[in-house]
Amino acid sequence: MRDLEVGEHLYRFPGGLKLRHHKQIACRDPLARPDLPEALYLPLQQHQGPFGEVLVQPGDRVLKGQPLSRARNDREVPVHAPTSGTIREIKPWPVSWPPAGEAECLILEPDGNETWFETNALENWHDAEPAELVEHIRAAGLAGLGGAMFPTAAKLRGDWRQVHTLILNGSECEPYISCDEMLMRERPGAIIEGGLILARALGAGKVVIAIEDQMGAVDKSLTRALAEHDPNDICRIVEVTTVYPEGGEKQLIQVLTGAEVPHDGLPQDLGLVCLNVGTAAAARDAVIEGKPLIERIVTVSGPGIAHPRNLLTLLGTPVSNLLAAAGGVDDDIERLVLGGPMSGLPLASDRIPITKGSNCILVLRRQDTRREQPVMPCINCGECVRVCPASLLPQELYKYLKAESHEEADSLDLFDCIECGCCAHVCPSHIPLVDWYRHGKGVLRERGIEDARAQKARQRFEAREKRITEEKEERRRKREQRERKLKSGGDARSEVQAAIERAQSRSTESDKDADQ
Amino acid sequence: MKVMLAGAPHIPPISTVSGVMKQVLYALIPAIAAHLWFFGLGILFQIALATGFALALEAAMLKLRQRPLGPFLSDYSAVVTAVLFALCIPPLAPWWIAFTGMLFAIVVAKHFYGGLGHNLFNPAMVGFAAVIVTFPLDLSQWLAPRQLSPGLPGLWQTAHAIFTGSLPESLSWDTLSQATPLDALKTGVAENRLVTEIRDAPIFGDFGGLGWEWIANFYALGGLWLVYRRVISWHVPVALLATVVVVTVPMWLMGPDINPSPLQHIFSGALVMAAFFIATDPVSGCSTMKGRLLFGAGVAILTLAIRRFGGYPDGVAFAVLLMNMAVPLIDRLTRPRTYGH
Repeated sequence: MRDLEVGEHLYRFPGGLKLRHHKQIACRDPLARPDLPEALYLPLQQHQGPFGEVLVQPGDRVLKGQPLSRARNDREVPVHAPTSGTIREIKPWPVSWPPAGEAECLILEPDGNETWFETNALENWHDAEPAELVEHIRAAGLAGLGGAMFPTAAKLRGDWRQVHTLILNGSECEPYISCDEMLMRERPGAIIEGGLILARALGAGKVVIAIEDQMGAVDKSLTRALAEHDPNDICRIVEVTTVYPEGGEKQLIQVLTGAEVPHDGLPQDLGLVCLNVGTAAAARDAVIEGKPLIERIVTVSGPGIAHPRNLLTLLGTPVSNLLAAAGGVDDDIERLVLGGPMSGLPLASDRIPITKGSNCILVLRRQDTRREQPVMPCINCGECVRVCPASLLPQELYKYLKAESHEEADSLDLFDCIECGCCAHVCPSHIPLVDWYRHGKGVLRERGIEDARAQKARQRFEAREKRITEEKEERRRKREQRERKLKSGGDARSEVQAAIERAQSRSTESDKDADQ
Repeated sequence: MKVMLAGAPHIPPISTVSGVMKQVLYALIPAIAAHLWFFGLGILFQIALATGFALALEAAMLKLRQRPLGPFLSDYSAVVTAVLFALCIPPLAPWWIAFTGMLFAIVVAKHFYGGLGHNLFNPAMVGFAAVIVTFPLDLSQWLAPRQLSPGLPGLWQTAHAIFTGSLPESLSWDTLSQATPLDALKTGVAENRLVTEIRDAPIFGDFGGLGWEWIANFYALGGLWLVYRRVISWHVPVALLATVVVVTVPMWLMGPDINPSPLQHIFSGALVMAAFFIATDPVSGCSTMKGRLLFGAGVAILTLAIRRFGGYPDGVAFAVLLMNMAVPLIDRLTRPRTYGH
């Protein structure tokens, strides 16, 4: 396949929604920091994949930026101390995923001194080997800051074809979230430097920074930074039309290239890698300043918060601290959401800490989430079909899942659903479609695991049966042979004769070999 | 802090079933007003009767099926069925027409199949098919439009005709009623008369029937508003009307004496109404966009076939019901390609 000129032409993806974006309300005030909390709660796992080896014990004094765990491969991501202080405990604590669940957290009590651990900067990244850059990025604990928290190092090296273009995703697309917009305004240079570093790590020749067409100030600040940091014209800025969910990796790639990521493949199959702009800035800090990922910008917004704003937050800070820093919440709040209103995760409490993928805390009151009717039957209106960016048939998936025909739903490509929530948002019957799909996927995954287990057991059983019958057969054959020999004594003699002949012919042959 | 754990999306959906149904009702107001102007007060009685029967039967069925009354009686779906049915029957049809129609529409077509969202067939058209088969004579007694009428029946006369089933002594069907344009065309062609000749009759207007064509315009007006509001998609009306044109233009060009013009087809009978309000019924229609194009085209072809070869002057109801049968197959064959497949 020919390399596509990314962003040269803009394409459309099917479906999607134009939503009121409500982004500016959190961008009026400058970036601020919440107060240093009494304790930071650091989940060991802040990414997709297993966590590495824990390096500290309760009671240990740690410095700002000190690694608290160690990655043994690209799928593991280390966690660093966001500030200096003492490790009080390692214990389960409420986290955002699984919802209402708990996970192993390091509890760090800050000493307020902000004493830095040794930093590990690269002198001249322009001359560094890609592997060296990836190593730095891995050691700095980078995982996708867009929300998916995929280990960045694992995205940068793997066994796939040459990546020609790095896409930096700056199109947040969900309403209310503006942390990336804030970052692009405040640190455009860091994003571009980070993009160039990541491109070098990938061996990609081009970087495309995708922003939304309604982010006016961002375009200007990035363009200015390009002039300063990108003398070789590697980066280009592309404005995409704000249609939810164009910030989704698959949709953004479709918009920029017209191509689709194969359902059983990766963007790398198209020669592309897509990373969040925040990840690029973090990569720059890791390589040029030698600083690990210990803080990020979080949007605190929504109708239920007094002063919506963006906060530069240490990882591990409890949500309650951010809410306080944004002026506090209304009395009648009903939901706390991590992420945006369309696909964010519900939070069970405000004790939950900020992690690497926490982009937004959304505060909603009762009247903001109110439904005007109970769930009605599907009237087959087809609105969900019209808005589905994956070109699925959401109403049919729902009918099959409701009837517990999970295999049918699977054959209708349930697993290609990106859970963007467009279908549920337009459904006049108010059916919680995304909940049905999540549940259906869970059932199918569980069945998949069970199937695999059953298959393995069956294989083991069959192998054993085969072995036993073979052994029996072998024993029977030998017995028969013995019986035959005993019956005819002549046979035994001729066998001896044959053995002698064989020995003689061997010795003649070896003589011949010696002559040559 | 007490918060609720509920899945995304966290903001409320942008529409409701009752909202969708209400918009369909609003979109019918221009056509109802035109109907009222050309054919008198009968339509208001028919709407009131059909709506009353529909809601009563809906309530009874919900009760029998042990479903909550509140949300389902207030979803306006039964009202839409009733109003569409009322617009299809003659203005002075006796009350039992509306009752029978709603019995078949609400009880048989809707609730026997599982209620809202589960009916395979368009309820209004099931009701209409039932009464046109059961009461063919009553269904053929259409009033002449205002311009050709010696005087449209007044309030009392209309009430008398509808509630007793017979006209007041001062009126007679001979003076009041007239063959509908499609009837006249059908019998005329059967008698080997030329279309141009048949069209000389005063019941014909510029394109379709006098009065009828204006009602069709107002259906289109309401329908276009529904397309604009995205309550219905453009696929069905466009496919339906375009197919009528594509099929009838060559026939009309080849034999203008025996084949009506495309415009006459479109502006006669219930075609425009069907294009925007009947064939667009979501529950009994296709849900894929390609499927909707096929559905609309199928309704058009079957309607034309019934008009030309069938026993009824108009065939919209049967065409829609036949296409309803094909919906599961069409939907299956027109599944869109999933992203990345």
